[in-house]
Amino acid sequence: MTKSAAVLRLAGRRLAASLPALLGVVVFTFVLMRVLPGDPAVFFASGPSAGQKEIEDIRHQMGLDRSIPVQLAFYLRDIGTGSLGHSMTTGQPVLKDLEERLPASLELTFAALVLALGLAIPMGVLAALNPGSTTDHAVRFLCTLGVCVPTFVSGLLLIYVFYYLAGIAPDPTGRIDIFASQPPSHTGFLVIDSLIAGDFDAARSAASQLVLPAVTMALFVLAPLARMTRASMLAVLGSDFIRTARAMGLSRGRIVFVYALRNAALPVLTIAGIVFSTMLGANVLVEKVFSWPGVAAYALDALLATDYAPVQGFVLLMAVIFVFVNLLVDVLYGLADPRVNAA
Amino acid sequence: MSALLRVEDLQVSFATRAGNVKALHGVNLEIAAGETLGIVGESGSGKSVTALAALRLLDRAGRIDGGRILWRGEDIAHASRRRLHALRGAEIAMIFQNPRAALNPIRSVGAQIIDALRAHRSLSHAAAAAEALEALRQVRIREPERRMRAYPHELSGGMCQRVMIAMAMACKPALLIADEPTTGLDVTTQKAVMDLLGELTRDHAMALILITHDLALAAQHCRRVTVMEQGRVVETAAPATLFTAPAHPYTQRLVAASPTATSTLPHRDSRSAGPQLLQVSHLTKRFADGTLGVDNVSFTIAQGESLGLVGESGSGKTTISRLVCRLMDADSGEIRLGAANIGAVPACDFYRAPQRRDVQIVFQDAGESLNPRFTAFDAIADPLLRLGADRSRIKQTVAEGAIRAGLSPDLLGRYPHQLSGGQKARIGIARALASQPKLLVLDEPTAALDVSVQAVILELLDRLRAEQGLAYLFVSHDLNVVRMLCARLIVLQHGRIVEQGDAQSVFRSPQSPYTAELVACIPRFAL
Repeated sequence: MTKSAAVLRLAGRRLAASLPALLGVVVFTFVLMRVLPGDPAVFFASGPSAGQKEIEDIRHQMGLDRSIPVQLAFYLRDIGTGSLGHSMTTGQPVLKDLEERLPASLELTFAALVLALGLAIPMGVLAALNPGSTTDHAVRFLCTLGVCVPTFVSGLLLIYVFYYLAGIAPDPTGRIDIFASQPPSHTGFLVIDSLIAGDFDAARSAASQLVLPAVTMALFVLAPLARMTRASMLAVLGSDFIRTARAMGLSRGRIVFVYALRNAALPVLTIAGIVFSTMLGANVLVEKVFSWPGVAAYALDALLATDYAPVQGFVLLMAVIFVFVNLLVDVLYGLADPRVNAA
Repeated sequence: MSALLRVEDLQVSFATRAGNVKALHGVNLEIAAGETLGIVGESGSGKSVTALAALRLLDRAGRIDGGRILWRGEDIAHASRRRLHALRGAEIAMIFQNPRAALNPIRSVGAQIIDALRAHRSLSHAAAAAEALEALRQVRIREPERRMRAYPHELSGGMCQRVMIAMAMACKPALLIADEPTTGLDVTTQKAVMDLLGELTRDHAMALILITHDLALAAQHCRRVTVMEQGRVVETAAPATLFTAPAHPYTQRLVAASPTATSTLPHRDSRSAGPQLLQVSHLTKRFADGTLGVDNVSFTIAQGESLGLVGESGSGKTTISRLVCRLMDADSGEIRLGAANIGAVPACDFYRAPQRRDVQIVFQDAGESLNPRFTAFDAIADPLLRLGADRSRIKQTVAEGAIRAGLSPDLLGRYPHQLSGGQKARIGIARALASQPKLLVLDEPTAALDVSVQAVILELLDRLRAEQGLAYLFVSHDLNVVRMLCARLIVLQHGRIVEQGDAQSVFRSPQSPYTAELVACIPRFAL
């Protein structure tokens, strides 16, 4: 009881402490968008032949004829009332757009993270158990490869091999086969929603659409996770309490997995939190290559169209998610390591 | 006689970047069932390596090059991993220095004892838990039920060592190897842990190998003592023989260097108390967590006098030394150096005060308190230049300082990792002496050093004080060392002075029960 109360107190304090940073993010993005070249009024005018009057009207309608501080004040008031403005490209409220697309990005990121951790941790452990061995070098080689090859290259390569040549993968267009039925939304994750609805065909379709983009992203983040696991395992394996465990005759499995890995997992957890936040925002190339209807691709389109509100909304959303992910990592850290005081 | 463990011509080498380094050159040892054997030696003598090799616990770089390790007649030098798992913990157990680090920080101590039990016997979890609880009870941990769920960081160092002992005894091994089991613990805790070890091994007819740098400790607890030097056994004898008639020259040097209740320094005494130098009155410091670190402490030091500050960890002795050095601000009280009230200058501004050069400190860990990227020369010159020394004469000033601290000027170009512990200690002293201070605060300056090096450093300090009229505030947990260097001492407990006075008389007839306990806990070998 006291532990959960401490966690809640920590959460409350951390969220309150993050408010100034979030405000800073809002203001910075707002000003940056207006400093960048490009006039949205011209962009959204009916055509190249639009007259000065029409452009002025659009500008007035969008509120762009006022000074930047006044615009900012209006924007902040809107945020306060729960509105992120309208997207000029989709014609919908930004909040609704993000709500529709965020689950797609989250599903992809989660799948990629689980995949990456599932690969990176065993790789890191194996490398740490035999430093300098062939396994160690092989792991290092794979990690280097994963980092060096840009995601759009590895993504296209995977499509070429598995879709074009082998024909195993479905066509890389979106989250689910267009002929499969969309399940009713519970979590927003199509695979899980389909399973809840009992529609196994749809679940398989959604899962098979997910595999290639998730692998592409997982390859990219394999390196930091595997290298961190290796370094952390090496440090823990050299520590006094591992020597004690050996001196007490504990089995090798118990020493490696219960004594060493649980201690070594703590720094990996921190890195995983950072990797998750980064992936969520930075997977725009993967979303583009696989026509994945995620938030990053949405924000890029808006940016290219000098559509202010979606970009600002996207950046704010990422900042909020970053705050929550870090909070979650800290809470998990506190639960995993008794030395860290949650309060 | 059938030996329980017999080490024959054991040779171990370590692979380092500089090539293979031989750590053991043919070590011979043997211990019978139920016997107690002490292994004594200075750092690098190979005493720990011998023990680790016997259990085949050497790290990746270490290799057994030759010799035999006979456990009840079975050569385990090349035993299979399977055999070793069965052997370790169940037949031979080992406990280590720094008990808190030797326990898994994120696993409760109860779970760790259960792990050790279940590694060797097929027990249900409940049965193992019951035995673990019993083991904790045996090592006399208070409230064992509650401690089962405690994590190492929630326990004191002494308690962690008890847990380690409980874990090692859990499977009733025939031999327990204790590698510096009490180093770093307070004297009273040290005595309690050693008494417990002695009692338990006696009750269970267990053989004990005690590895220590402290000759008196080994002599007090072991029937036979083996002395090692540079990877070789130089002498094995009964403690009485070792002290009265050491055969090997190294043993003779070691015995001579170990501080005892009667060892002295040539210049000590000197009650030549000059004029009053330092006057501390009603010093109080409360820590952020509300505990009173220093509670209304007053004392004085005269010019050329050496005052000892004695107490266990948490007694406030380091806090007082930091306060006097003006590295930390007191909550109330006065610190006067000569006529100046230096306590009134905030610690963050004191580097500008003219008295900065008058009060200098020598830190406990000679290695850690040197910048690894600074040569010895830089380390000594840096504070001088900050204090506004003449840049053109700096080379000469540093060299003079080094010579005064007994450091050869040839070594000034070296980095800390290229120097020995004793040489690093001398840099620390030279650095503190370079600004010609009046008062030197010595915070356990020899705690990390071997006894032979400690003896030389103590002699150096003693000579400097006598020749140059320096005053010392000497902080130490080692009462023998304090008694050697200081004419007067203060005993601290929980931040308060419990006793002060002439060192000899405090030792001979301690007034407060706490001092009496401290004095009684000093390991000594009575002939």
